[in-house]
Amino acid sequence: MTDDLTQFRKETRAWLQSNCPLQMREPQTDEDLYWGGRDGAFANSAQKQWFEAMLSRGWTTPDWPTEYGGGGLDPERAKILREEMSRINARPPLSSFGIWMLGPALLKYGTEEQKRYHLPPIIRGEIRWCQGYSEPGAGSDLASVATRAEDKGDHWVVNGQKIWTSYANKADWIFCLVRTDPTAPKHLGISFVLFDMRTPGVSTRPIRLISGNSPFCETFFDDVVVPKGNLVGTLHRGWDVAKYLLGHEREMISAMGLGEVESITTGISEIDPLLRSQMALFDVRAAAFRACSELFLDEFRAGRAHPAKSSMMKYVGTELNKARHELLMSAGGFEAARWSGGSDAGASAQAWLRSKGNSIEGGTSEVQLNIVAKRILSLPST
Amino acid sequence: MPLYHDDEQTMLQDTARGFFDEHAPVSHMRGLRDAKDPAGIAHELWRRCGEMGFTMALIPEEDGGLGLGHVEAGIVQEAIGRNLTPSPLLATAIGGVVALRAATNDLRTEWLPRIAEGVAIVALALEEGSKHAPDQITLKACKHADGFVLNGAKRFVPHAHIADLLIVSARSSPGAEPMLLAVTRETTGITMRTQQLADASLVSDIEFDDTVVEHSNVLVPPRDTGALLEEILNAVRVGAAAELIGLADGAMERTFAYLRDRKQFGVEIGSFQALQHRAAHLYGEVELARAAVLKAQRELDGGSGDRSRHAMVAKAIASQAATLAVQEGVQMHGGIGMTDEHDIGLFMKRARVLAELYGDTNYHAHRLASVNGY
Ligand SMILES: Cc1cc2nc3c(=O)[nH]c(=O)nc-3n(C[C@H](O)[C@H](O)[C@H](O)COP(=O)(O)OP(=O)(O)OC[C@H]3O[C@@H](n4cnc5c(N)ncnc54)[C@H](O)[C@@H]3O)c2cc1C
Repeated sequence: MTDDLTQFRKETRAWLQSNCPLQMREPQTDEDLYWGGRDGAFANSAQKQWFEAMLSRGWTTPDWPTEYGGGGLDPERAKILREEMSRINARPPLSSFGIWMLGPALLKYGTEEQKRYHLPPIIRGEIRWCQGYSEPGAGSDLASVATRAEDKGDHWVVNGQKIWTSYANKADWIFCLVRTDPTAPKHLGISFVLFDMRTPGVSTRPIRLISGNSPFCETFFDDVVVPKGNLVGTLHRGWDVAKYLLGHEREMISAMGLGEVESITTGISEIDPLLRSQMALFDVRAAAFRACSELFLDEFRAGRAHPAKSSMMKYVGTELNKARHELLMSAGGFEAARWSGGSDAGASAQAWLRSKGNSIEGGTSEVQLNIVAKRILSLPST
Repeated sequence: MPLYHDDEQTMLQDTARGFFDEHAPVSHMRGLRDAKDPAGIAHELWRRCGEMGFTMALIPEEDGGLGLGHVEAGIVQEAIGRNLTPSPLLATAIGGVVALRAATNDLRTEWLPRIAEGVAIVALALEEGSKHAPDQITLKACKHADGFVLNGAKRFVPHAHIADLLIVSARSSPGAEPMLLAVTRETTGITMRTQQLADASLVSDIEFDDTVVEHSNVLVPPRDTGALLEEILNAVRVGAAAELIGLADGAMERTFAYLRDRKQFGVEIGSFQALQHRAAHLYGEVELARAAVLKAQRELDGGSGDRSRHAMVAKAIASQAATLAVQEGVQMHGGIGMTDEHDIGLFMKRARVLAELYGDTNYHAHRLASVNGY
């Protein structure tokens, strides 16, 4: 057994060594991510080569079942692959809401037909998904979503508005929370549906962020026809699917806490000894968080984690990432604050500003603390 | 291998918690304190720790031990922390054992079986000042016909007054490689002054006045003694960190129970969001520290080249998390938390001492920055 694992590690290491292009082992920026999709284009040939190599082994989704095209690795082997990839700083070959969020929910709640239809294109990076949860009136209080889906016999007609929909303007499909029973208590009248963003009546409008980028949109639905077969899980019980998916989303976002500050520490003790102290204390937390993340992933993948623990991880990881960017800005001074000029025009400042969203997206820090207090610590509600 | 405990470790955890919860809960510590017990520990409990195998985790099987690892030793240490049990286990069964099992001479066969049985107690005399500084060794060991003569002092040594064996760091001259000597407490030329710390634990200042130590009492490891000293320190730092996690758990359990029970303004105080968020934040801090300690234990057991770094992280973050746990603990108990009668204050006092023991957060963060190259 352990011999098998040692053998697997050896083979994996050798395989990565010969298949991961050197360029794909360099630190990546948001622009370097490959998101796939109908209009997905590779930034360069190394990215394409890496993606295709990983896909050939099902390793865009290493632990998904092989019957849909996944890698079929058990938790121990999936962990070895993660460790070996991180050892050479290999980039993930594919970034995808389909992989991080929808896939796990479909594997648990989807029908066999839905899995066969949706999972292979996610694994192959052919369809890019976006998340239609938040609305202007439903943020932290997500269960108050007002987008309506009216039953028209063999289909629904969806009307309403979503907001903060990341990459809605680039996505092919959306997974969406809609109200199917307006008379029921708010958590019990929501359904989880999927539809093509090309369906008539869907439109998007990008929103410009403090970072200057526009990764997310307002998304409008105007008499959008959605087939009945696109319901995931039980009618009116979409909240269960929504929460399960959020657990995976939070797990994914918590990985933001894995970044380091080491690159900018040269000469720091002479320039700013207090900053050095702050960084040293940060390094302690960052190292502890890496251990915590490893432990949590092991528990999570083995189905042993408390279902609300992803909230703790998300809170700790995102607050840590914000602290990291504050330190990076502080160490970088005016150079880091530069918005134009140079080769990396404004990259530090943009990354710093982007990090502020970490403790908002996927449920705010305050909401995660509420969840931990109630569901893990069993503190009374008001 | 997953980082979480395997089935046998989980069983050991149940056994160790069950044992200390039953035989040495906080009232046990309070009893020793109130009786001004001169030993500061219960010898009977120590013997039973031997019977239970708690002293044996790190002792190799050929020396009468269980040949387990730092994960297992830490599980026991955590159970001690939860109950604030006064015990020489950390210095003896973790620090002492790591020191003695590296000895290439008779010290190993002479002492390890007696530690395994819960007979011998070992103290680590490694500090000379009020803050942890194991590299600052001015205790002088001069060559002598039969071995060495020691002159100088060690300070704040836990359990030294009841120890059978003292492991003492010394140097032959300033800047020389450190030496480790295993000296029995009765050796001529040793005087001790024993005092109580805020947590009621007993520590001693030890004077060495022309103390003659024979060659056979010099701890001779296969490689250099400096490396062994680092190994001992890694082990006790991670052990103390495990104890701090147990302590933080004990403090949190009491505090969260109080938040659920205590009513003000007609509702449980735990329904106030200001307290809920602080409680949830605290929980996250302790989970962070728990994982770091587990990771460090694994790295020590695996003999990883990065183990010192992991030990620093574990001790730094565990000290911080436990400190937060007791500060929030006392505050959230209100007036009752300030009373001697309530246990939460005992957790605060013990956390202060343990946070200091073998290096506090700043000490380790500073070292981590240095090894990280800045
Ligand atoms: C970068 C980014 C990407 C995003 N991507 C997506 C996406 O792809 N799809 C999608 O559906 N959504 C997305 N979101 C939206 C995100 O999920 C919401 O912004 C978030 O849930 C908060 O909702 P809100 O903005 O309405 O803030 P509000 O809920 O109005 O919160 C405002 C403030 O009040 C606090 N607050 C609210 N309720 C409580 C409470 N009960 N207790 C204590 N404090 C409280 C909040 O913590 C916050 O500080 C994204 C957001 C960001 C920043």
